[in-house]
Amino acid sequence: MLNIKCPHCGDRSQKEFAYGGDGTVKRPELNKDVSDKDWDNFVYLRKSPRGKHIELWHHIAGCRQWFRVLRDTVTHEIYKTSKIDEDI
Amino acid sequence: MSQNFRIKGEGLINRDEPIEFKFNRKKYIGYKGDTLASALLANGIHLIGRSFKYHRPRGFFGAGVDEPNAKMQVEINGHSEPNINATEIELVEGLSATSQNCWPSVEFDIGAINNFLNKFFPAGFYYKTFMWPKSFWYKVYEPFIRKAAGLGVASLEKDKERYEHKYEYCDLLVTGSGPAGLAGAYSAAKNGAKVILAEDKPRFGGSLLTDEVTIDNLSGKAWADKIISELKEMPNVVLKNRSQVFGYYDHNMTVMFERTGDHLEKKSKYTPRQRLWYIRAKEVLLSTGSIERPIVFGNNDTPGVFLSAAAKEYMKVYGVLIGKKPIIFTNNDSAYETAIEFKKNAVEPLILDTREDQDSELINEAKSMNINIKFSYAVIAANGYKKVKSATIGKLNKDKTNFETIETIDCDSICVSGFWTPTVHLASQSGNKLRFDDKIDAFVPDKSKQNENSIGASNGTFTLKETLKSSFKIGSEVSKKITKKENLIQLPNTNERKYSSHDKFWCSPLPKGKHYKRFVDFQNDVAVSDIEVALREGYRSIEHVKRYTTLGMATDQGRTSNLNGLQLVANVEKKIVPQVGHTTFRPPFTPITIGTIVGREIGKEYMPTRKTPMHNWHQENNAVWVDAGAWKRPRYYKRGNETLLEASKREAKNVREHVGICDVTTLGKIDIKGPDSAEFLNRIYTNAWLKLPIGKARYGVMLREDGIVMDDGTTTRISENHYHMTTTTAQAANVLSHLEYYLQIVWPELNVNVVSTTEQWAGAAIAGPKSRDVLTKLFPKLDVSNEKLPFMGYMKGDLFGVKARIFRISFSGELAYEVNIKSDYGLSMWEKIIEIGEEFKIQPYGTEALSTLRIEMGHVAGPELDGRTIPYDVSLEGLVSKKKDFIGKRSLEKEAFNKENRQKIVGLVPLDKKSSIPEGSHLVEDKNAKVPNPKLGHVSSSCWSVEKNNPFSLAIVKDGKNMIGKKLYAISPLKNTVIEVEIISSHYVDHEGKRVRS
Repeated sequence: MLNIKCPHCGDRSQKEFAYGGDGTVKRPELNKDVSDKDWDNFVYLRKSPRGKHIELWHHIAGCRQWFRVLRDTVTHEIYKTSKIDEDI
Repeated sequence: MSQNFRIKGEGLINRDEPIEFKFNRKKYIGYKGDTLASALLANGIHLIGRSFKYHRPRGFFGAGVDEPNAKMQVEINGHSEPNINATEIELVEGLSATSQNCWPSVEFDIGAINNFLNKFFPAGFYYKTFMWPKSFWYKVYEPFIRKAAGLGVASLEKDKERYEHKYEYCDLLVTGSGPAGLAGAYSAAKNGAKVILAEDKPRFGGSLLTDEVTIDNLSGKAWADKIISELKEMPNVVLKNRSQVFGYYDHNMTVMFERTGDHLEKKSKYTPRQRLWYIRAKEVLLSTGSIERPIVFGNNDTPGVFLSAAAKEYMKVYGVLIGKKPIIFTNNDSAYETAIEFKKNAVEPLILDTREDQDSELINEAKSMNINIKFSYAVIAANGYKKVKSATIGKLNKDKTNFETIETIDCDSICVSGFWTPTVHLASQSGNKLRFDDKIDAFVPDKSKQNENSIGASNGTFTLKETLKSSFKIGSEVSKKITKKENLIQLPNTNERKYSSHDKFWCSPLPKGKHYKRFVDFQNDVAVSDIEVALREGYRSIEHVKRYTTLGMATDQGRTSNLNGLQLVANVEKKIVPQVGHTTFRPPFTPITIGTIVGREIGKEYMPTRKTPMHNWHQENNAVWVDAGAWKRPRYYKRGNETLLEASKREAKNVREHVGICDVTTLGKIDIKGPDSAEFLNRIYTNAWLKLPIGKARYGVMLREDGIVMDDGTTTRISENHYHMTTTTAQAANVLSHLEYYLQIVWPELNVNVVSTTEQWAGAAIAGPKSRDVLTKLFPKLDVSNEKLPFMGYMKGDLFGVKARIFRISFSGELAYEVNIKSDYGLSMWEKIIEIGEEFKIQPYGTEALSTLRIEMGHVAGPELDGRTIPYDVSLEGLVSKKKDFIGKRSLEKEAFNKENRQKIVGLVPLDKKSSIPEGSHLVEDKNAKVPNPKLGHVSSSCWSVEKNNPFSLAIVKDGKNMIGKKLYAISPLKNTVIEVEIISSHYVDHEGKRVRS
């Protein structure tokens, strides 16, 4: 079980969080033309890197804030967590 | 039998408290403080079980977790459990143990014929034998193997014991209370760190209980007691005996298993039997010690063969002699301590040392005590079937590959020592890549990956002085980092004997013409010859050899066998052990009960139960419950002998004809506030939301980004910037997370806040032609006429002076209202409505009637919004705006979503107007076609239409829009039904939706 530092609440056990996938995906803007390829990339295609990965986590049993986590997918080491409006 | 093998005065047991217990139905006496093993040995019992594969007689070999043989069926506190390690379980009054894997008895076991057929059971026997014919697998081989496999018998009764979980955080966790653990814990505690010290055994002290050492002029045991009593006084220290840390996971999460109940004579009702601790430690000190490994020789599994350290422990801790004529067979000095201990207790040991005579403190001491020592000697084989009677021994030649002379010597036990193996399981589990240490011929921890440090024998440090020095230091250093305090401790003076170096001799060669079975792994019956077969057959990777021969795969995880197995592979392959590598260490270190893992989360405590404020009223009115996620909802209210179908028909009919009331508290409710709320809803929902007037509700559909319908519900504009959203019961949590995702990540510029209010409001749906009459009486001051409160209208109300909300929305398709009130007043509101409604023939209705009503109306719900349907499929395309953008809109342009023959929702009636169509039935054209029969669609929801008095179903069918009027078959292989159906519109009742507007 991971130990995750919520940038709002501090160190908490993984049990309190929900995983939210790749934290670098950017939703295409509303009311803009998006090509089929770009849209498919956004909806379906995700990288599955071995090593460092920026991901989203949601503190569902806590402050209910989404935030970003820089985690190593091999070692599970968490290098950094950041609020959603901060750079990671 | 009296305890003939008990030594006078020795040991840490309490001789004032005799304990009666049973073994194989015979009564024996032991003492408080005994293990089952020590008590049996005190009574001279050695034959305790039969081996797994060959059913060979087996006896005790170790004195703790190292024991591979002594697995027993144990009855304690009225429950029976298999595979209990007799060397670990403490003796309590009334304990009853029986041998396993033998029939009819351990003395005479039919299965022992396997021993004589052992040529037919080579390595990989199962793989080779049960391959063909294929059809034999289920009927012949599997039942046969199942019967032969396993050891004890699992109880079929419900476990009545209580198990608990506990979460703990600490600065430092110390695993093991030998000299290293005590020193590490002590210096860290002195630095003010919050320390947990865990000891697997009932007694603290580890090797200090048995080693002949002094620390500050105290015996090892006395020094350990002193440190423990000091630690007990410190508020920052938690001491836990009978507690084994068995697993090391990510981010320094360790799991500990505490035996809290089985050793108690009288356990109170709420004392758990076992407790599982999840401990997140900032730092972990691994002081798990080491385990003696045996030297392999012929028939080395005969009862009476022991590890030499175990023999010493039985004498020093339990006051028990494992034999009165022992041979000590060793390649190192440590076994001399066992010999000296025997001698002290007036037993004459014979030492066989594989090394040449040499100068060492211990050897000299043994010589001065006139102990008989034969150097360059080895045991070739143990003789005797159910107990060692003699040993064939031999003088080794120069290169130790053969014997110069061979003789037979009488003895009743053989204590073997092949040097020490650090217990590195936890270090390895933490991610530490182990390194092979040539000096001790074993793996030791290398670089730490997590915040752990191995100290003492588990780190390959075998001298007391060095162990204490390094453990005090590391304990102080790691705690100083956390507490920023340092209390230097003066190192104690130690006195211990110096060891000379061990001999790398690990297996006695076979003299010419002899075919003794030489076991490497006792528990799984893996002999040297089995591993040789595996290698001859081409298995090279140690992981493959392990699986093919099952070496080290038993519940003892190869604690006494892995290294010897590796040595053998290395010898045959002409490699060195580090090149062979080691197999993976996995938790748990020793077997733990399933009950401990489950804890209290079983039965109704498996997950929390959510109850609405009206729960007890439903209960009193014969509600039959159905689970809706964690919620309990009334499925129907049973009257007399009614069946589910009869009750739901009655309830639904009453709604259509009069008025009904349904508890809708479980619906998800989300409060939405902020100046950008309308814009936000406009992006979330597929339909338009910018122009919803205050005091009006609107039905909305939301999609996922991939275009699939996520949820539906109504949202009401309470005031200018305040909306009340409802979701389905099932999706409430997901929808909230979804909204938060978009507000926090995608559109942080929107000034909107969302919060769940599901539990703040109790809700009652009042539905049926008489519902307005009920509402009028409920709110006498309000004008709830069709003009003032039209369909999709909203009003504030006041009930007993409490704020209430009235929504004119309908799921049943009837004239209907939903009234919400603060949860605390939910029951009062409900009872009031029932009271008022009596004259209008009001009846409560459950989820089954609710479903009937919505299915008849063609309203979609969970079975239709199943994560595979787009708005078109469920005929909600009219709600999809073409003018604005929203979540998932771009996906709706996908080619597959726009095909002419795209699936669509339809209604179904059976041609016979009688047969109910099982949900999940497949729709096919030809009922007799060969499988796979092409499927045109599936039945999503079924009911008995109370309006038309015949079965009616909803289905999602390919090209649904052009299928109306066609006839198909609904087949359900599960229910074994084939029903001819006609496809009709999904709106079966009140096509125009007149009733909701009436």
